[in-house]
Amino acid sequence: MNHSQESRIVITGVGLTAPNGNSLPEFRQNLLTGVSGIVRKEIRYMGSQLAGVCNFDTLRYQKKKELRVGTRAGSISIYCAREALLDSQVNFEALPKERIGIYIGCTEHGNVETENEVYNISKFNYDTKFWSHYHNPRTVANNPAGETSLNLGITGPAYTIGAACAAGNMGLIHATQMLRLGEVDLAICGGVSESVHTFGIFAGFKSQNALATHEDPAKASRPFDRARNGIVISEGGGLYTLERLEDAQTRGAKIYAEIAGYHVNSDASDYVLPNPQRQAECVRASLKRARLEARDIHIVNTHATATPLGDIQECEAIRAVFGVDCPETFINNTKSFIGHAMGAAGALELAGNLPAFVDRIVHPSINVDDLDPLCALPGLVLNKPREVARVDTILNNSFGMLGINSTLIVKRFVP
Amino acid sequence: MTKDECKQVVLDIIADIAPDEDLSNVKPDVRLRDQMQLDSMDFLDIVMELRKRHSIEVPEADYIQLASLDSCAEYLTPKFNALAG
Repeated sequence: MNHSQESRIVITGVGLTAPNGNSLPEFRQNLLTGVSGIVRKEIRYMGSQLAGVCNFDTLRYQKKKELRVGTRAGSISIYCAREALLDSQVNFEALPKERIGIYIGCTEHGNVETENEVYNISKFNYDTKFWSHYHNPRTVANNPAGETSLNLGITGPAYTIGAACAAGNMGLIHATQMLRLGEVDLAICGGVSESVHTFGIFAGFKSQNALATHEDPAKASRPFDRARNGIVISEGGGLYTLERLEDAQTRGAKIYAEIAGYHVNSDASDYVLPNPQRQAECVRASLKRARLEARDIHIVNTHATATPLGDIQECEAIRAVFGVDCPETFINNTKSFIGHAMGAAGALELAGNLPAFVDRIVHPSINVDDLDPLCALPGLVLNKPREVARVDTILNNSFGMLGINSTLIVKRFVP
Repeated sequence: MTKDECKQVVLDIIADIAPDEDLSNVKPDVRLRDQMQLDSMDFLDIVMELRKRHSIEVPEADYIQLASLDSCAEYLTPKFNALAG
């Protein structure tokens, strides 16, 4: 088996559920036509809140009992994993199941299930004998990956990667590393989130003055707009099949893109505030690994979550890298459509841009009625899609609390 | 409560914890695990739902009494009637 640090790793399948689409074609179509996925949702103790809620068919790949016993994150993972495998057209039945890895990024896991149990025992005077025996398997940090391994009969390594909102990218990065190490032959990787089912995330952002409000749900998530006022929390999942190029070519697989480079670093400066210097270092290091210059990047998908300060700081980082002599670099944001899908964010945001390798259209960042001058980056694609001369590279930023930064670069596959 | 009513109580619980199962033809004298997909966690669910819905406690040593619908009825009916009394 030929694998090394130089092994070329390619994306061969995409499975996703987003608040505005349950397949890549549907998701992409809605990103090009300005369809938001944000709705109002009743949140325990808090009433009606803005949220991105997915409506995939939960019974397509699971029995009712699995849904009752498992978690929403597990269900999202199973749906996305199976959709990705189908999309890849890999002969799954013939694959050695111990050579498949599942690497799923999560911002958090267990809040939903713990809150539900506390609420449950509150109805029984907090008597813990009413606490579910499913609590532990539901809340272990590897739950989404473990449920996926159970559902698919995959016996290779299956675990989650906790990396706050940088986690979606981290799933792909870790899978790339494991494929290069020869640990597995096929990786199912990306990120998932069930965060709209936990009041704690909403309440936490609200206490931080970072939860978006708007009369019109579709207008609520507005990165770069002067009137932006915070995050819209979403659920979702984006999982990919990754393979070494030679394996993909041997079976004649469709190849969406090749992993070109990546980097992960830490701010080491604050619990919640981002650090533009470290973000810029992360982007530069990913470019170096990809052996690309800033001007070689054609799409930069921003992490921007529509917090007043965070957007400015990311723009500062992007300006530092792409501010000069990058005439073919265009910048967009996917959260403006779907909100912040937490652990799924990076994975979904990459997926939404992948079709640009084919159609050369950069989906916009919507809801920018009054561009914040501090976010006025050159190449920002606002409100309407833009057809460009070429898209050969996509750089995807995902950053998270406690100062974790991840950047992933993919490029058009050229044999 | 009659034994038949007690069996229906148990079936109602099983309908919720094993929603994929067809319960229209459950044989009362055959072990539940032999006629549907129920694992040990599911039996803990039955115990939990008896506790939640009906304030019936089943000690671990008595779990074996929940093996079939008949044994459930034999074991649980007096408990229900004691509560009602």
